[in-house]
Amino acid sequence: MTAVGTDQRQQLAYVATQAADARLNVEIETEGMTLNIGPQHPATHGTLRLVARLDGEQVVEAEPIMGYMHRGYEKLAEVRTYPQVTTLINRIDWLGSFANEVPFILAAEKLMEVEAPPRAQWIRTVLFELSRIANITLFLGDMAVQLGALTPVFMAFRDREFVLNQIEAATGGRFHPNFDRIGGLKDDLPKGWIDDTRQVMEKMRDFCDEFEELVLGNEIFEARTRGIGIVPADVGLAYGLSGANIRASGVDWDLRRDGHEALAYDQVDWKVWTHPDGDSFARYWVRLQETREATHIVDQLLDGLPSGPIMAKVPRIIKVPAGEAYAATENPLGEMGYYVVSKGDLVPFRVKIRSASFSNISITPWLLKGVYVPDIITILASLYFILGDIDR
Amino acid sequence: MGLVASGKAPKPLTKLLNLGRKYSIWMYQWGLACCAIEMGAVIGSPRYDVMRLGVIPFPASPRQADLVVISGTVTDKMVPSILRLYQQMPDPKYVISMGSCANCGGPYWDSYSVTKGVDQVIPVDVYVPGCPPRPEALLEGIVLLQERISNEDPAARWRGDPIVVD
Repeated sequence: MTAVGTDQRQQLAYVATQAADARLNVEIETEGMTLNIGPQHPATHGTLRLVARLDGEQVVEAEPIMGYMHRGYEKLAEVRTYPQVTTLINRIDWLGSFANEVPFILAAEKLMEVEAPPRAQWIRTVLFELSRIANITLFLGDMAVQLGALTPVFMAFRDREFVLNQIEAATGGRFHPNFDRIGGLKDDLPKGWIDDTRQVMEKMRDFCDEFEELVLGNEIFEARTRGIGIVPADVGLAYGLSGANIRASGVDWDLRRDGHEALAYDQVDWKVWTHPDGDSFARYWVRLQETREATHIVDQLLDGLPSGPIMAKVPRIIKVPAGEAYAATENPLGEMGYYVVSKGDLVPFRVKIRSASFSNISITPWLLKGVYVPDIITILASLYFILGDIDR
Repeated sequence: MGLVASGKAPKPLTKLLNLGRKYSIWMYQWGLACCAIEMGAVIGSPRYDVMRLGVIPFPASPRQADLVVISGTVTDKMVPSILRLYQQMPDPKYVISMGSCANCGGPYWDSYSVTKGVDQVIPVDVYVPGCPPRPEALLEGIVLLQERISNEDPAARWRGDPIVVD
């Protein structure tokens, strides 16, 4: 070791006093900082990049940067035949795959002027609600894990398996069923499926009760979500929010009830849940209630399942007559619609996809203005978007 | 250059090292699309539970990871990030390509924005086919990777063809 020389020591002492003076004389101020979140995070599926300009702990401006998951659906749909398109669009919102197929098939059916037989419509609605449960269950766990509670996500994965098993038993696909056909469904339900599904619905109701206590009753969860990210109803409507995001702002609007598509929702007795607050807590609460309501819808549909064929008469090679049609349904994330333009070919001329997450995320620059950094995570988690649904 | 990297390590020592490495893989998850949910089921679901195989998920950064699972559609916009991730990982590093999209482009084989196979960018050890693969398939891919680790010579890691789970 070498000793520090006297000169050097004096110099260091001088620098130290200068630095101390400088600290005292300068007023406390914060520098602007740019925080980059993403494009990938281990806890997410999909890739969103968020660039936030910060002033201390507060967000001045936040901009979502999309396109990391863009796979070119609308262009690909132009070179796929109608039955092939359903294979693709399964993967738009990968958590509720069956729900993606339904609006496209409905739009194609409108153009072909065929209607699925009642039994097919009812089974469609059952599978639609099952995919809603599978989808939102994961949200319920995922939002808790983003706020730092690890246990709920394990429970969500555990109970979601039961629903996926039922979807797999009926359709053959655990994730991407590709089960919907123009004019009906591919197959009828397997033997014993109805009783099994009833048991699973019982389990999912227990799951909802468990989460109501575990997450919604949690003091920390409430402290981090109540009053965070409030979306007033008029702003939400102006940004085109749909689904549970707008119902959590007190707007009583649900395409399952208000839409005019050929599904069996008008045959059962159910309720649209709304919450007046519009904050992150309300969005979680509404989704939890909707999951429970979906189990009741499935139960009632299974009770009254009509008999009959599951496929209407359609030609083997599907050529859709020229025309334009739009069909939209209330998917787990919100309104999802397909605008199909046909020129009478085997393939659609143009398919415009209106996906819920794209509109839901458009509110983030407005919503994130002025919030604190930890609340960014709460707000993004509670808005609940799926990246495939944004970028397509 | 250490003893192991020089290729002159005695066989029993190599075997012991490989045994240790095999059961302490730190797995970084690069979840991109649908496959990320099945990977999440492998990590988070009590039914599949990857930790019983000695694989630990959620490292704090790629700089601590031994294995990266590329699960989902790799787009051209995403490629620079993946390359950078791979360069950040310390040697010896392994890559599992999960799902048809990461293997070869999958259903987006004719898309203008999708990279047809992550192996164009980084070397892949195990390809797990499926769209998306079941969680069991990913578990099998991990077991195959562990077999590969236990038999390999650490000095010559990139010799040999990738393993395919079938």
